[in-house]
Amino acid sequence: MNKLFSLGVLIKILTTMIPFAAPFLYAAIGETFSQTSGVVNLGVDGIMLLSGYASFYAVLKTGNLWLGLLAAVLVGLFMGLLMSFISVTLKAEQGISGIGLYMFGFGLSSLLFETTIGTVKTVAGFPPLKIPFLANIPVIGPILFQNSLPIYGAFLLVPLAWWVLDKTTLGLKIKAVGQNPAAADTLGINVDRMRYFSVCLGSSLAGLAGASLSIALVNLFQENLTAGMGFIAVALVYFGGWNPWGVLGGALLFSAANSFQLWVQVLGVKIPSDVAVMLPYLLTIAALMISVNRARQPAALNKPFERGES
Amino acid sequence: MPLKNVTGASPQRRAPAIDWNKIGLNLALPVAGVLVALVIGAVMLIFLNANPFVAYASMVSGAVGSLSGITQSLVKATPLLLVGLGICIAFRANVINIGGEGQITLGAIVATWFPLTFPTWPGWILIPATLVLGFLAGAAWGFVPGILKARLKVNEILSTIMMNSIATQFMYLLIRGPMMDPAGVASGTFLAQSAALPKQAWLPRLIPQTLLHTGAILAVILAVAVYFFLWRTTIGYRIRAVGLNPDASRHSGINVPYYQAISLTLAGGFAGLAGAIEIMGVQHRLLDGITGGYGFTGIVAALLGGLHPLGVIPASILFGGLLVGASAMQRSVQVPSSLINVILGMVVLFVSGSAIWSRRWAARRKSGEVQETQEEQAEP
Repeated sequence: MNKLFSLGVLIKILTTMIPFAAPFLYAAIGETFSQTSGVVNLGVDGIMLLSGYASFYAVLKTGNLWLGLLAAVLVGLFMGLLMSFISVTLKAEQGISGIGLYMFGFGLSSLLFETTIGTVKTVAGFPPLKIPFLANIPVIGPILFQNSLPIYGAFLLVPLAWWVLDKTTLGLKIKAVGQNPAAADTLGINVDRMRYFSVCLGSSLAGLAGASLSIALVNLFQENLTAGMGFIAVALVYFGGWNPWGVLGGALLFSAANSFQLWVQVLGVKIPSDVAVMLPYLLTIAALMISVNRARQPAALNKPFERGES
Repeated sequence: MPLKNVTGASPQRRAPAIDWNKIGLNLALPVAGVLVALVIGAVMLIFLNANPFVAYASMVSGAVGSLSGITQSLVKATPLLLVGLGICIAFRANVINIGGEGQITLGAIVATWFPLTFPTWPGWILIPATLVLGFLAGAAWGFVPGILKARLKVNEILSTIMMNSIATQFMYLLIRGPMMDPAGVASGTFLAQSAALPKQAWLPRLIPQTLLHTGAILAVILAVAVYFFLWRTTIGYRIRAVGLNPDASRHSGINVPYYQAISLTLAGGFAGLAGAIEIMGVQHRLLDGITGGYGFTGIVAALLGGLHPLGVIPASILFGGLLVGASAMQRSVQVPSSLINVILGMVVLFVSGSAIWSRRWAARRKSGEVQETQEEQAEP
């Protein structure tokens, strides 16, 4: 036990916690956009898997990391269009269509992995980028300022998303169609188009979440690489109260639990590792129990919009 | 999250008169969904350098081309049917249960632990007791998200998914530790699996030399029982009322969260029973992968069966056949059987997307009926 709570281990936990918060951030911020417009996209995990595969494959074949990111975003966009078509145009039950999207992404990523790659291979992912001066600060430098580009991107996304949602007309429109689509409609906002945009934006970000995992963090792809991270990301949106800063707090908390769990296994502390692995999931349930701040929940969340029906 | 599209306009206390048009439409849309998914699957097969006709032919012959194929399909259909029945109850109450995997796991754990703890009990008491305990274990695993939803408004989709991961880890903990097969420990192989169940706890075989066991019969009987439960009992009526119109139910004095918790508990129970039957009828021991993905595939079967307990019977047989056929296809044309997951995902997308047409059709017919009655009244 003493081993676990030494300063050295704490720093190690923090150095894994920051980069591994990135996929949660991309996916959960994306889902925040989607849900703010009134659409619950439960297929995030499937999108992450398929994009994670696509970006990994692109890098494996071409060695071009930017092409990898592009592939991830395009796959995310495609999945977003599919989800929007089923859930917005055809007004399907979102909980069910999202599970369908997850199964589709999960199955297709496994199928493509087995047929085009076969065995677990690694690529040279995004290298760590030391930020001048800051990276040399003892303790804080290695934790915060020696990460790769997609990791910095995830953290920069938080203020950006907050600004877009809270300070721009676009954000206001997204909120309007999620709160009161009928009123938004009478004000001339195209509800369906706004929801398409938000779901596709969210899915593209989920694509980046997959890529940040497969070409920036672990630099490999295998079947079910995400192991349910996408679902935790959806939970983080509830936990964060549909606010990017809240999502950031949640992502850091979960990433901390996750890296704690990893180090428990590495150090062979006398906690059964299976119990430690349960920790993030138990924490998610606990977080959902605490985050009863549902006043902020978009009023039309999960409700398809039909003109003349209010 | 109203499931109006699949349930019609208002709950009826009695089973409704048979409406062939409605049945026809509710049958045509899912079948069309499966066909479109299979056609897209065929295109994928072409991209994978496999002849789709050969692939699908090997799939069909693998699933129904022999006695062993047919019985294997039915064996796979059994847990799908049981999970699907639970999904019917939950979805009818407007609760989305994604926790099938975890509930199956818990049922399987208890159904392994109990006979191994009391190996000397005679079969006639051991088998029913184990089945009941498996049901209760799954029900407990469904009760937790149910009560969390009722009391704290915790989103059940997310909590059931987390419960899945927890159950899986719990099973690993057991089969790598206290429940590990003593034979494996003694011989030094340390396989992560439990000891085999005593023979009298095995479900009897229906056809000798095949895997088909009595659990399949039990599942069909339970499907009829769930039908009666949902349409002929007060609790069933209230569960459906809660799902159709929570506001109206609340005003008429039904405790909505309470009935949603009950439905999630029952759904967990059926999944737990599926896990127990998988242990007692097929695997005879606890090991990794015991759920076989039935927790998810069961949802697809329930959706395709129109969330009707009797409709889930043919739907689960179809998917049981698809699963068995997919392994045959993998052997004959070397296409990974994960193709079947892609097809299943598309089926869910198409079936949930196509509900709009049955909804529009119902609305059109309703307005037509209103017009007719108005004309009748105007006549005299």
